[in-house]
Amino acid sequence: MGLVLFYILGTITIVAALGVVTTRNIVYGALFLLVSLSGVAGLFVVLFAEFLALVQLLIYGGAIIIVILFALMLTRETDFSTATEHRRWPFAALVSLALFGLLAGSAIGDSGKYNTYTRTGFGIEDLGVGLFENWAVPFEVASIILLVALIGAIVIGRSGDDEDNADKTGERGEQ
Amino acid sequence: MILTLLDFQILAAALFSLGLYGVLARRSAVMVLMAVELMLNAVNINLVAFSAFRPIPVVTGQVIAIFVITVAAAEVALALAVIMRLYRRRGTVNVDEINLMKG
Repeated sequence: MGLVLFYILGTITIVAALGVVTTRNIVYGALFLLVSLSGVAGLFVVLFAEFLALVQLLIYGGAIIIVILFALMLTRETDFSTATEHRRWPFAALVSLALFGLLAGSAIGDSGKYNTYTRTGFGIEDLGVGLFENWAVPFEVASIILLVALIGAIVIGRSGDDEDNADKTGERGEQ
Repeated sequence: MILTLLDFQILAAALFSLGLYGVLARRSAVMVLMAVELMLNAVNINLVAFSAFRPIPVVTGQVIAIFVITVAAAEVALALAVIMRLYRRRGTVNVDEINLMKG
C-alpha cells in the first residue's frame, strides 16, 4: 500500500516539477508548482508526518503560491519567450544531471546500512514536546525571523518617492 | 518489495536536480524563486525520511523541516518584494538584464 502510494505521489511530484522548469507559460508554472508541492505533502503522509503534510498544504498551497501568483500578475512580462530558457540551457541540464548522478550514486552506495529499517511514526505530542523543549530557542528565533521578514517586505515593497521619475527605458538603454 | 529509505533519497535527489536546472536555466526571477522552492522541498523530503526510517523514530528531522518551511515563507515574501521593486524601477524581471554591479 505504501509502495503504491509512494510511486503515484512521486510520479506526480516529479512530472509537475518537470513542468515547472520547462513550461513556457509562467502562470502554468506556478500551477505546476502547486501540484508538485501537494505531491510532497502526500509523501509526508506516506512517511507518517501528518502534521507536516497539513503545514505544507497550508503554507505552500495556501500562502506561497498565492503570493507568487500575485507577483506574476504584477510583473507580467509581455513576451513569454524572454522568460523561458537561457540559451545555454544544455549546460544547466548537464550540471543538474551530474548532480543527480552524484547524489543517487552516493545514496545507493550507502544503502546497505539503512535498508533494513522500516518507517515508523510518532504522535503529534512528541513533535510538540520536541519543538517546545529541545528546540524552544530556535523556535523563538524563527518568530523573530518572520517578524523581520514581514517588516522588511513592507519597507522594500512600499512605493518610494524615487520611483516615479525613474526612467525605465533610459536606464535599460545605457546598458 | 518494501518501501526503503533509498526510494525517498532517489526521489529527493531528482527533485533537487530539477530545481537546480530551473535556477540555472530560467531567466525570469520569479521562475528562479519557484525552482528554489522545489530544492527546499527536496531537502524537506530527505529530512522527514531520515527522521522516519530509524529503529526508534526521532522528532529532530520533522522539527528542522518545520524551520525550513518557516524560513522559506520569509524568503519568498522578501524576494518577491525585491522583485516587485526591481520591476517598478527597471521594467523587467529578466535576471540576465540585471547587471548593474557588472564591473
